[in-house]
Amino acid sequence: MQLLIPTSTRRLAPSKPFHLHRTSQCFNFGKNLILKRCYSQPKRGSYASVQPEHIHALRNILSNKTSLLTSIKGCDATVESVSESELDSFNVDWMGKYRGNSKVVLKPKSTEEVSKIVKYCYDHNLAIVPQGGNTGLVGGSVPLYDEIILNVGNMNSIRSFDEVSGIVTCDAGIILENLDNYLAEFDYTVPLDLAAKGSCQIGGNIATNAGGLRVIRYGTLRGTVLGLEVVLPDGQILDSLSTLRKNNTGFDLKQLFIGSEGSIGVITGVSLLAAPKLKAKNVAVFSLDSYDAIQRAFIKTRQHVGEILSAFEFFDQAGHRIQQVHSRNPKKIFDAGRDAAFFVLVETTGSNKDHDDQKLAALLEVLIESEIVTDGVLAQDTAQFTSLWELRETITEAAGKTGKVFKYDVSLPTSLMYSVVEATRKHLAELGLYKGEGSDGKVKSVIGFGHFGDGNIHLNVISDSYDPEVQSALEPFVYEFVAKHRGSISAEHGLGLQKAPHIGYSQLPLNVDLMHQIKSILDPKKLFNPYKFVYRPPLE
Amino acid sequence: MRPTPANLVRILVPIKRCVDYAVKIRVKPDGSGIDTNVKHSMNPFDEIAVEEAVRLRERNKEAITNITAITIGPAKASETLRTALAMGADSAIHVEIPESLTPEPLGIAKALRALIEREQQKEPIDLVIMGKQAIDDDAGQTGQMLAGLLDWAQATYASKVTISDDKRSVNVVREVDGGAEEVEWLRIDHLSHRFSSLEPRYASLPNIMKAKKKPIEKLSSEDLKIDLTPKLEVFKYEEPPKRVGGGKVANVDELVAKLAEAGIKAIPTS
Repeated sequence: MQLLIPTSTRRLAPSKPFHLHRTSQCFNFGKNLILKRCYSQPKRGSYASVQPEHIHALRNILSNKTSLLTSIKGCDATVESVSESELDSFNVDWMGKYRGNSKVVLKPKSTEEVSKIVKYCYDHNLAIVPQGGNTGLVGGSVPLYDEIILNVGNMNSIRSFDEVSGIVTCDAGIILENLDNYLAEFDYTVPLDLAAKGSCQIGGNIATNAGGLRVIRYGTLRGTVLGLEVVLPDGQILDSLSTLRKNNTGFDLKQLFIGSEGSIGVITGVSLLAAPKLKAKNVAVFSLDSYDAIQRAFIKTRQHVGEILSAFEFFDQAGHRIQQVHSRNPKKIFDAGRDAAFFVLVETTGSNKDHDDQKLAALLEVLIESEIVTDGVLAQDTAQFTSLWELRETITEAAGKTGKVFKYDVSLPTSLMYSVVEATRKHLAELGLYKGEGSDGKVKSVIGFGHFGDGNIHLNVISDSYDPEVQSALEPFVYEFVAKHRGSISAEHGLGLQKAPHIGYSQLPLNVDLMHQIKSILDPKKLFNPYKFVYRPPLE
Repeated sequence: MRPTPANLVRILVPIKRCVDYAVKIRVKPDGSGIDTNVKHSMNPFDEIAVEEAVRLRERNKEAITNITAITIGPAKASETLRTALAMGADSAIHVEIPESLTPEPLGIAKALRALIEREQQKEPIDLVIMGKQAIDDDAGQTGQMLAGLLDWAQATYASKVTISDDKRSVNVVREVDGGAEEVEWLRIDHLSHRFSSLEPRYASLPNIMKAKKKPIEKLSSEDLKIDLTPKLEVFKYEEPPKRVGGGKVANVDELVAKLAEAGIKAIPTS
């Protein structure tokens, strides 16, 4: 289904039908200033261009007429051509920052169709971008040029579920929230939760090794994905869709594909270990006056509620203020209002409400009496759970409404996490670009928030536009800061297009070399998601 | 004769522990009831009543002497009282009943009357603020029955409450179909609150700590000399019929044919 997209409306939260924000600056990559400044935009590879005869052949592979959308004219009567703007929701990323120029979107309904499509493209030298919910934040899910978009969204059934073990097997295109709702009927839950859950698909989550809000409780997908079904770049179907917890028989191939960002295959099937859905939930939000206090609060939290802890998130004053400005429901949480320097959100999930309440009460008392926190609130019913979580989950969206956001998702040693925000503010101020929160510098706001328990902070720098001057002030400054402290320049968002050139800040040359070798073995023609992730421009 | 100075107002807020409003209700397979092994919390309308009482006190600091929350419910209902205390109530009364007993509005109203009469001797209750209805039975009767039993004045669907300067009367703005209506009493008595734009506050940690030390008085139905045995018998619980899917028609003729099948005929217009 395609929506007619008005030209100047804003993209809303992922779970609502989205509209796109197009600024007056053209993001057609031919004129993209960002990439030109930063590094030379990769030239289009020597791939074929899609022609009507390709469309006819692909159309014959697909079982359903609506599985193919194309803006190429001159096809026969079996193919209905649409306008280019109708492909926008597939060509443009969630942030409205990257725009591709694909003329064809394919939405196959089965793994066999995917396999035949991929084989056809392999034989005809056509580049492909695998796509799921298109909620990625590094431009990895949209084409750079006219690559064919292979969207698995129509493959969204549950294949099987075992109530005893909690192992679910499903298609890769199922939306995360829908999978979670299905499992909820059996008192299970997906061991992954992120703000984009209403739109993102499990295949894409796995292809990017998404982290999310509950890594501290369930670990990453590398532990909970038990098997994958992948279509390789030459069209072969790799069936690694085991439902076994333990299987030490050779290299664990699925680990290659987890986090591979569509570069060596497209995930079509998943088997996942779901977690029991426990009933007793508690959410509390605290205010603290220093980053050091957050660290002390974390220690106490682990001591008192460690075994039931399911989230430990933090956000700073600047992030909170922006969220309140754009919140549908701005409600003062503390008497101190918005003046606290930091906020922490703690969630516990357990099997026994009374026990959990007692453990949490002990923690709250310790935190207040030792003055580690200055104030706090505890949710009393599910409406309050949701509204307290909104304080943290809608910061990203609010930032997007405040301006154009430069996002840096980094991992750093815990004691240094917030110093990247402070260092960035100082650096931008020295260059005259930032004059304090909400004032009139080119940079309106610098905020930090994230998954404290995972050592992962999201640094968001908000400006009126994707200004090249701000861009060059931030890069490579932020990357160099992270490299200096042996952190990761992309904790969970992945490399995509945006960070592919900077992989060297977090990986040594030998490591990168081995990655290229793996890519060459599995995708020798470089047809899958070119220009991104682990990418080397061909030698001139 | 009131022993307390006529200038101070004591407020009673009855609250009810219900299944949390966000829970998906499931009927037991034998139709005898609903699955109650789910999250419970304070009835949202009662949260508003507590919030209104606390805000009244914030606006009229000298006028309100005490806000007492009361619940008639099983042992676990004391948690709901703790929430009310954490929101700002000063003391609480828990009339404990067995978990198997589901009291009815009339029984509750009689219990509240018995309590109010008991308190007349010590510290009389001047104002009762109640939620419009409970979200489990949706009865919406308890307030009206209580006013009738006590022979007190009542204003329902209150959206704004003001206590007069001399603390002898209350001015209430009620929501009515056409807009709003103002009612003024000479005696402070009773009102029940509508769900308006009032949003209940979060329970803050310092208040939660303080609430632990606030007193909860425990009573039983014998103490109040009332009988809470239900007078109504529930035969069966049923889920509403599942929605049947619609179908698509290819063109107008098929639409007309399907309508005719359903017994709807087209009337010619001239």
